[in-house]
Amino acid sequence: MGPIGENEFFFLMQGLKWTVLLAIVGFIGGGIFGILIALLRTSKTKVARTITAGYIGVFQGTPLLMQLFVVYYGVALLGIEVNAWIAVAIAFTLHASAFLGEIWRGSIEAVPKGQTEAANALGLHYVSRMKDVILPQALKISMPATIGFLVQLIKGTSLAAIVGFIELTRAGQIISNQTYRPLLVFGIVGAIYFIICWPLSHAGSGLEKRMAKAAR
Amino acid sequence: MLNSAKDQPTLISLEDVQKWYGAFHALKSISLSVRKGEKIVLCGPSGSGKSTLIRCINALETIEDGKIVVEGQVLDGSAKSVDAIRREVGMVFQSFNLFPHMTVLQNCTLAPMRVRGTSRTDAERLARKFLERVRILDQAEKYPAQLSGGQQQRVAIARALCMEPKVMLFDEPTSALDPEMVKEVLDTMIGLARDGMTMICVTHEMGFARQVADRVIFMASGEIVEEAEPEVFFKSPKHERTKTFLGEILAHH
Ligand SMILES: Nc1ncnc2c1ncn2[C@@H]1O[C@H](COP(=O)(O)OP(=O)(O)OP(=O)(O)O)[C@@H](O)[C@H]1O
Ligand SMILES: [Mg+2]
Repeated sequence: MGPIGENEFFFLMQGLKWTVLLAIVGFIGGGIFGILIALLRTSKTKVARTITAGYIGVFQGTPLLMQLFVVYYGVALLGIEVNAWIAVAIAFTLHASAFLGEIWRGSIEAVPKGQTEAANALGLHYVSRMKDVILPQALKISMPATIGFLVQLIKGTSLAAIVGFIELTRAGQIISNQTYRPLLVFGIVGAIYFIICWPLSHAGSGLEKRMAKAAR
Repeated sequence: MLNSAKDQPTLISLEDVQKWYGAFHALKSISLSVRKGEKIVLCGPSGSGKSTLIRCINALETIEDGKIVVEGQVLDGSAKSVDAIRREVGMVFQSFNLFPHMTVLQNCTLAPMRVRGTSRTDAERLARKFLERVRILDQAEKYPAQLSGGQQQRVAIARALCMEPKVMLFDEPTSALDPEMVKEVLDTMIGLARDGMTMICVTHEMGFARQVADRVIFMASGEIVEEAEPEVFFKSPKHERTKTFLGEILAHH
């Protein structure tokens, strides 16, 4: 058994850096495309609704691990040379956009109809109606679920290890193999995930409680 | 009657309007013309189509047949005609429908800035003028949830006025209010009427109808059953259904 010293800890922190970066990229990419998905999913055009419903269905109905594989090897098959980083970023963006799109579709639909009617009666067009009136309210409604998904996403980044990413979990595995102290190493790794995710979960459920109270 | 609108030009006209919700015939051959400056009170039992009728005027509902003209603009379902008509028509809802994430002032400046391209400074000046007029300027920086129902409805009126419409539609503006707040909203509406605004009000406030209306229109089952000047309407209603309705309303009040 080897000791867990500064070097090992530094290695874990390197992994954590990738975990956080992957989550951020997935969340931002997924957020941008997710808004688009949510808007198309709630649009008047039936084709747009059907296509986005299919998109959401596919990404919610298949494992993230499989999505990573398909994008990683799929992009390579197209003959495009991309590094793991890009492939994984694309996969997480697609995955997150489906989930966030569906969460935000629900929140857009949860904004009372009267808001759209008032905006229409005032002559506001689609862009302003969405940007100024509906989305700010929908985003607020979606906060608990959005934060909940972010937590899932952070934990889900561990799957990037499968295509060669040394993020937090994979870094833990490597250290554990070197030191033969799996319990201690994964105890530390778990604690790091917990320290990041728990405050988020807590904030999310706090928001949810406050909103439930305000709705009464 | 506050002023005679008899020789004013027609502002709104509905000809033989038909509205269906699926198999349900909600408006049956409605014809109505409203002159500039006229105040119309629309009443009738629940489900008779009052809301549907006024919502067709600003294209919140589509019609299946007939013709709606506002200020010479035919509502043909095109985006252009809808835009043109909504610019002339303001609407106040039973449930206020203020934007909860915006202050009173922001509620009032949004549409002028976005629809008309008014600068923020000008929009705010305009908003303050109308907030003053509905006597709520002192609450301009508050959020809707911080106001009473009566105050919120007055803000909603100011918000609609900020688009400087030629006609105001009211859909039961006082029925969601506590009794003690009804008067402040009615007073605001009376003030608006005095200033010559063309108004179509769905309301069961018969005192308001007596005081302000040029005509009272009674609807039942999607049809206009009777229309008359308030004096005549209340004193000697012709139709059996009108009599029954008035009997019920007056028993309640
Ligand atoms: N979106 C809709 N889909 C189907 N039916 C509808 C819809 N909106 C209204 N209706 C029906 O049309 C009829 C007229 O409704 P409307 O809201 O115009 O009545 P109203 O006279 O305003 O009644 P109230 O006094 O209750 O407000 C009602 O029978 C109602 O059930
Ligand atoms: Mg109604």
